[in-house]
Amino acid sequence: MSSDVALQAVDLVKHFPTGSKGLLGRPDKSVRAVDGVSFTLRKGKTLGIVGESGCGKSTLARVVTRLIEPTSGNILLDGVDITKTSGKDLRNMRRQMQMIFQDPVSSLNPRHSVGQIIAMPLRVQGLLDEEHSNERVKELMKLVGLNPEHFNRYPHEFSGGQRQRIGIARSLALNPTVIVADEPVSALDVSVQAQILNLLERLQSDLGLSMIFIAHDLSVVRHIADDVAVMYLGKIVEIGPAEEVYASPAHPYTKALLSAVPIHDPSERGGPGRIRLQGDVPSPIDPPSGCRFRTRCWKATDLCGAVEPPLQAEASGRVVACHFPEETPVSIGKSPE
Amino acid sequence: MFLFVVRRLFFAVVLLLAVSVFTYLLFALLPTDPAALSCGIHCKPETVLANRIRLGYDKPILEQYWHFLRGIFVGRDYGFGQTAFSCPAPSLGYSFNQHACVTALIGETFPVTAFLAIGAFVLWMIIGIGVGAIAALNKGKWQDRFATGFAAVGVSLPTFYIGLLVLFSVVIWFQILPFPSYESPLDNFSAFITAMILPWLVLAVLSAASYTRLTRNGMLEAMNEDFVRLGVAKGLRLRVILSRYVMRQALIPIVTIAGLDFAGLLGGAIITESVFSLPGMGRMSIRAVVDSDLPVLVGTTMVAAVFIVLANVIVDITYGFLDPRVRVS
Amino acid sequence: MSNTAAPVLSVQNLRVSFDTQDGTVRAVDDISFDVYAGETICIVGESGSGKSVMAGSIMRLNNSSTATTEGKILVNGIDVLTASEEEVRGIRGSEVAMIFQDPMSALNPYFTIGKQIAEAYVVHHPGASKREVHDVVLAMMIKVGIPSPEKRIDEYPHQFSGGMRQRIVIAIALVNNPKILIADEPTTALDVTVQAQILDLMMSLQKEFGMTIILITHDLGVVAEVAQDVIVMYAGHIVEQSHVDALFHSPTHPYSWGLLGSVASYGANKRGDLYTISGSPPSLISLPAGCAFHPRCVHSKGSGNACMTVQPKLRDVGTDGSRSACHLTDDVLISIGRGSDRS
Ligand SMILES: Nc1ncnc2c1ncn2[C@@H]1O[C@H](COP(=O)(O)OP(=O)(O)OP(=O)(O)O)[C@@H](O)[C@H]1O
Ligand SMILES: Nc1ncnc2c1ncn2[C@@H]1O[C@H](COP(=O)(O)OP(=O)(O)OP(=O)(O)O)[C@@H](O)[C@H]1O
Ligand code: SF4
Ligand SMILES: [Mg+2]
Ligand SMILES: [Mg+2]
Repeated sequence: MSSDVALQAVDLVKHFPTGSKGLLGRPDKSVRAVDGVSFTLRKGKTLGIVGESGCGKSTLARVVTRLIEPTSGNILLDGVDITKTSGKDLRNMRRQMQMIFQDPVSSLNPRHSVGQIIAMPLRVQGLLDEEHSNERVKELMKLVGLNPEHFNRYPHEFSGGQRQRIGIARSLALNPTVIVADEPVSALDVSVQAQILNLLERLQSDLGLSMIFIAHDLSVVRHIADDVAVMYLGKIVEIGPAEEVYASPAHPYTKALLSAVPIHDPSERGGPGRIRLQGDVPSPIDPPSGCRFRTRCWKATDLCGAVEPPLQAEASGRVVACHFPEETPVSIGKSPE
Repeated sequence: MFLFVVRRLFFAVVLLLAVSVFTYLLFALLPTDPAALSCGIHCKPETVLANRIRLGYDKPILEQYWHFLRGIFVGRDYGFGQTAFSCPAPSLGYSFNQHACVTALIGETFPVTAFLAIGAFVLWMIIGIGVGAIAALNKGKWQDRFATGFAAVGVSLPTFYIGLLVLFSVVIWFQILPFPSYESPLDNFSAFITAMILPWLVLAVLSAASYTRLTRNGMLEAMNEDFVRLGVAKGLRLRVILSRYVMRQALIPIVTIAGLDFAGLLGGAIITESVFSLPGMGRMSIRAVVDSDLPVLVGTTMVAAVFIVLANVIVDITYGFLDPRVRVS
Repeated sequence: MSNTAAPVLSVQNLRVSFDTQDGTVRAVDDISFDVYAGETICIVGESGSGKSVMAGSIMRLNNSSTATTEGKILVNGIDVLTASEEEVRGIRGSEVAMIFQDPMSALNPYFTIGKQIAEAYVVHHPGASKREVHDVVLAMMIKVGIPSPEKRIDEYPHQFSGGMRQRIVIAIALVNNPKILIADEPTTALDVTVQAQILDLMMSLQKEFGMTIILITHDLGVVAEVAQDVIVMYAGHIVEQSHVDALFHSPTHPYSWGLLGSVASYGANKRGDLYTISGSPPSLISLPAGCAFHPRCVHSKGSGNACMTVQPKLRDVGTDGSRSACHLTDDVLISIGRGSDRS
C-alpha cells in the first residue's frame, strides 16, 4: 500500500436488523444501509461522497469513524486496521479521525459554553490541564474565524454558521489527520455555506488534512472534492477524480444525477440531453437483484437483473459498476489507479 | 394487524402468569399463618393443623401455587368428607376470615367499583377534554388561564383530603346530601345516584385536571402542524379542521393514558371508596390487609392485574386503529 | 413587466409583525408587488427573510393572536386581509392554493390520500356526487403521476415516498383549478432527481391549467430553471425585483451580487474561494437603521451616510425593468452588476 493513502475502506458492510417481528419479537429483515463499500482517501485530498437521501452516506461515515460497528469489512487508517481496535488504540484512532456533523444546533450541548465544547475532546483524552486547554481553545477559535473572546458564550448566542465553526473547531482540537464531514453545510444558507466551504478548504491546505466530505448537493461537492464517489442504495456505483466524473459521468446513475442538478444560468434552459429518472429509490431492505439501479435505468437489460456488475476499472480507466457504462473518451489516457 | 393482536395477547397472558407467581410467592412469604388466623386467638393447635390441611397450606409452596392456578380454571375443592366444600371456577381461593369464596366476595364488591369507575371516567373525560379544548381555542385569554390554573391545582391535590373536605362540607355543613350509603341501582336508583354523585365528582374533577392539560397542549401542538395549515389552506371550515385534524391528533396520547387510568380505577379506587364508605373492591382490599386475609388480597391483586394488563392491550389495539402508521408495520 | 391586464394578485404595503417575549419581530416590512396571470414568479432570500410569512399572508394563514398584519392583498379584487372569514374560505383552495415545504408533514396522517384530495374538492363543490368526486380524484392522481392510482387511493400518507407525497399535495392544490399556486420551497426537502421530477410536473401542469405560480426557494438553481420574474428578499424587505435573465446577468443590488457569487455551481470553475457575504443576517427585532443590509455590504461607503440612516426605496433601475432598493446610483448599480467581478 502506497504511503499517500490516508484511509482505506475494504468491503464495508453495515446492516440494521429491522422488520416485522415473529412471535418472540426477533427482527426478521435488515436494512442494508451500507453493502460492500471500498474506497481510498488520498493524503491531503478530499473525497466527496454524493448520493440521494437514504443511500447510506451517513451510515458509511459513522462506520468509518467507528461510531458504529461495521457488520463486516475493514478500515485501514494509515495502513493499520482499526476495525478491531479497542481501549487505548481506539482512543488513539479517535484522535486521528474526527467527525463534523450536519446539524450545528443539535450537535452542540446547549448547557456548555463554547470553550467547554471545544475543549471537550482534549479533556476526554486527558491531554491538557485547564489552563493550557483554554489557550488551545482560543487558538482554535481564531483558526476557524471565531472571536476568541467569546469562549464563555453559549451556543444559542451564535448564528448557524458560527455554530458550525464551533463544531469544526471542536473536531480540530486533537490535531486529527482525517476529517469526516457529514453534510457540514446542508443546514446553512448559501451565503454562509460559502464561508464554511472556504474555511474548510483553507484549513485543509494549512493543516494538510485528508477529508471525507459528504453532501447531497452535487455543486458543493464539485467545488471542494478532488475525488468523488457516487452512492446508490448502499453501494458505490462510480468513483474517480471529480474532474472526470463531473465532466463525463460513466455510470448512468451519475449521469442522471448530474443532469437533475438545476442549471446555474437561465440561458441554459431547455438544454439538450437532460435525463429524468422515473420513480423512487427502492427500499434498502429488499434491493433489486443484480444491478440495484436497474429498476430506474434506461439501459437495463436482462443481464443487469441477473448479474451484479462489480465496481471495477474500465478500459478507459474509469471505475464504474455498470454493465453498459457511458462511452467515455479513451484519450483521457489515465492508467487505472 | 392480526399478528400484532395475537402477539400482544400472548405477551399479556405471559405477563399475567408472572404477576400471579410473584403475588402468590410474595404473600406466601409473609410471616402470617392463614391457618392460625382463620380460627381466632383462642385456637387449639389441632384446629390450626386441621385448618392448614383443609386449606392446603401444609403443601410445599409451589404445589400450593399450582392448586391456586388450577383453581382459576377448574374450580377448587377444600377439605374432606363432611366439612368438604368447593369454590367453583374461576376460583381465586377461600377466605377464612369471611368464610366465603374469594371469587364470590369480589363478585359482590366489583359492581360497586365498576359503577364508580365508569361514572367517574365518563364525567372526567367530558370535563377534561372539554375544558382543555376550550382553553386551546382561547389560548392566552381568561378561559385559558382559568383552565391552566384548574389543571395545575387539580393535578397536585390529593384525593383523600379533597374527598373528606367535600364530604364534610356538602354532607355535614350544608347538608345538601345525606351521608352516602350505597344501594344497588337495581334496588333503589335514586339512592344509588345520591351515594355516587360525590365520589364521581371528586374523582372526575381531580383526574380531569391532567386531561385538561393533555388536551390543551395536544391541540395547540396539532394546530401548528403543517397538515393543519394545509387543511386551512384547502378552505375547510374551522369545525372540520378541529374535529378531523386537530382533535384526531390530540386524542392519541389521551387514549393511552385514559385506558390505564380506567384500569387503575377498576383495580380498586381504594381511597375514594374508603372515604365515601362504598362497599367496593378497594375497600375490601384494605380490610383484607388489616385482617391479614391473604386469599382476598391475592384475589383482588390478580383482578387488578388482569384489568391493567387488559387495558394495556386494548390501548395498544385502539392505538393501531387511531393511527394508521402503527397499524401497517 | 409590460403587462396591461390587471394583476391576478396585488400586494400593497404589506407589513407583518409578531409580538414575542424578546420584542416585535418585523417579519415582512412594507412589501409591494403585482403578479400577472400565467406568470412564474420566484421569491428568493435567506432563511428568516420573511418569505413564508409573506406567502402565508396571501391566504391569511398567519392568524395567530401575536401577529399584526397591515396593508392590502388583492385577489380577484377582494382584499384578503379585511374580507370576511366566509369570503376568505372561498378563496382558499379555489382561487389560491398552496404547497408546503415538507411533504412528510403536510398530509394528515390519519386519513387516506384519496379522502384528502376529495375533501379539497368537496369543500368548493358541495353538490358533487360520490361518483364524480371519485373520478375527479383519480383523474388528479393520474395527472400528478401517481402510478396505479386505483390501488393507492386508499393508502395512507406514510405509505408514500417524499416525492410521491409532494405529488399528492400538488394534486390537492390543483384539484379546484386555482388561479394562483403558491409553492413554499416545494422541493427543498427532496433529492435532486425527485426535485427535477416535481419541477417538471409543476411546469407542465402550469401549461395545462394556466395558473400563476409563486415559487419560494432559496436555491438559485431552481430560479434559473423556472422563473420569469424574481423577487429577492432580505430581512423582510424586497431588495430587488428583476426579470430572471436580468437577475443572473446584470443584478442591481449588492445583496444579489453576494448571493449569486456565493453559490458553488458545478458548471463554473471549481476550487478557489467562493465569494462570501461577511457576517450573518440581522435580527428582525432590531433591524439596522438605514439599509438593513448595510452592515454586510461592501459598497455601503459609496453613498455617504445614506446607507446607515435612510432606508432605500425600491425604484426602477436601468431599462430591463429591474427594480432595486439601494442608495448607489443607477450607473454604479448597472456597471457593477454587469461586471464579472461584482465583489
Ligand atoms: N440505526 C438505524 N436503524 C435502522 N435503519 C437505519 C439506521 N440508520 C440508518 N438506517 C437506514 O439506513 C439507510 C441509510 O441511512 P443513512 O442515514 O446512512 O442515509 P444517508 O445517505 O445519510 O441519507 P441522508 O442524505 O438522508 O442523510 C436508510 O434507509 C435508513 O433508514
Ligand atoms: N408565529 C411567529 N411568531 C414569531 N415570529 C415568527 C412567527 N412566524 C415567523 N416568525 C419570524 O418571522 C421571520 C420570517 O420567517 P419566515 O418563515 O417567513 O422566513 P423564511 O424566509 O420563510 O425562511 P426559511 O427559508 O427558513 O423558510 C423569522 O425571523 C421568523 O422567526
Ligand atoms: S443601500 Fe447601501 S448598504 Fe444597502 S445595499 Fe445598497 S450600497 Fe449596500
Ligand atoms: Mg445523512
Ligand atoms: Mg420558509
